[in-house]
Amino acid sequence: MAAPSNRPTSPHLQAYKLPLTGIISITHRITGVLLSGGLVFFVIIMSVIAGGLQSYDDMQVLTAFWPIKLIYWGFSYALVFHLCHGVRHFIWDAGKSFDRDTMDRYALIELCISLVITINMLLFL
Amino acid sequence: MAEFTLPKNSQLIAGKTYKAPAGTVNGRRFEVYRWDPDSGENPRIDSYELDMDNCGPMVLDAILKIKNDIDSTLTFRRSCREGVCGSCAMMVNGKNTLACTKAIDSYSGTIKIFPLPHMQVVKDLVADMTHFYAQYASIQPWIVTQTPAPADRERLQSKEDREKLDGLYECVLCACCSTSCPSYWWNSERYLGPAVLLQAYRWLVDSRDENTGARLDELEDPFKLYRCHTIMNCTDTCPKGLNPAKAIAETKKLLVQRKLG
Repeated sequence: MAAPSNRPTSPHLQAYKLPLTGIISITHRITGVLLSGGLVFFVIIMSVIAGGLQSYDDMQVLTAFWPIKLIYWGFSYALVFHLCHGVRHFIWDAGKSFDRDTMDRYALIELCISLVITINMLLFL
Repeated sequence: MAEFTLPKNSQLIAGKTYKAPAGTVNGRRFEVYRWDPDSGENPRIDSYELDMDNCGPMVLDAILKIKNDIDSTLTFRRSCREGVCGSCAMMVNGKNTLACTKAIDSYSGTIKIFPLPHMQVVKDLVADMTHFYAQYASIQPWIVTQTPAPADRERLQSKEDREKLDGLYECVLCACCSTSCPSYWWNSERYLGPAVLLQAYRWLVDSRDENTGARLDELEDPFKLYRCHTIMNCTDTCPKGLNPAKAIAETKKLLVQRKLG
C-alpha cells in the first residue's frame, strides 16, 4: 500500500523537552560554529597588533570598549565550554560515564568546571 | 537535512474541549494530538478533562478512558499494557515513553500527549513505523553462523557470555529512543538510530553469532553509525531503562579495536 502523501510530520523540536545532555550537545555545536567564526577576528586582531605602535594603541582602545569586552568574555567561555565538552566526548569514546544515574551530574560538573576555568582565565590572564 | 519547523500540513490548529462531568472533584486535563486522514484538515490538539477518581493510574488508562467514554474515534496502538510489547510508545509531556508503564501521578498539571516525534502520522497517535522496521531488518537481527550446528545439542553459551546480552535483549523496539534523537530526526533515511544500533550491538556481542566481521563492515559508515553524536536523548528517554548510547559507543570501540588489530 502506498502511503498517502498528505500525512503530517509529528511535532519534534516544537514539543520535545531536551534533557540537560541534549542542551549541552547542541550548545557544543553552536559554540563550535561561533569559535570558528571568532577565529577570523582573532587573526585580524593579531595582525593589527603586529602592525606597529599606533595600531597597537588603537586596538587597546577598541578592546577596552565594554561591548567588545563582553564579546571577548563570551568567546572565552565558549572556548572553555567547548573544550570541557570535548573532554567529555573523549571519556564517552572510551566507553565510560554512560550511566543513566550520573548523566546529569557529570553534565553539571562539566558546566561548573568550564565556568571556573573561564573566571580564572579572565581574572588572572 | 535538518528542518526546524513543521511543514504547512503539519502545523497544529485549535481543537475541541471536552469538559469534565459535573460533580468532578479530582479533575485532570489531557491535551491529545489528533489527526484524521479523511478530514483534509491539519492536526489539532483536543482537550479532555477526566475525572481521576474514576480512572486507572497509568497514562494508557486515561487514553483508554477517553476512547471508551468520550471520543471513540481516538486512535492509538496498545496491546500488553505492561511494557513488554512496545506498542503504546508516544511523547508524553515532551518525553517519549510507554503510556502503559507511565503513572499519571508522575506528572503535575496538564498532560500533553503527542505521537512519537518527527514521524509520519497515520492517524492521531499512530506513527508510521515502516521505515524503522525496515532498518531493523537491515541489520539481520538473527543468528548467522558459518560452522555446522552441533548434532546433539543447541549452540551453547557460557554464563559470562550470556551476561553480555543483559541490557540489550530487553529492548522491545518501541522506538522511543530513535524518535527522541535529533540526529535521527534530521537523517533517518541514512542513520540507523539508537534502537536499531542497540540491536546491531546485541548481535555483535552474541558469542554464538559468527558474522561479527561482516556486521562491523555494514556498520562502518559515516551515516549508519557515525551520525550518533552522543546527545544522550536515547538513554534519557528509554522506558525500559536501557542504554543505547553506551551500546553505540561500544560498537565504535569494536571498530577501532579491529582497526588497531
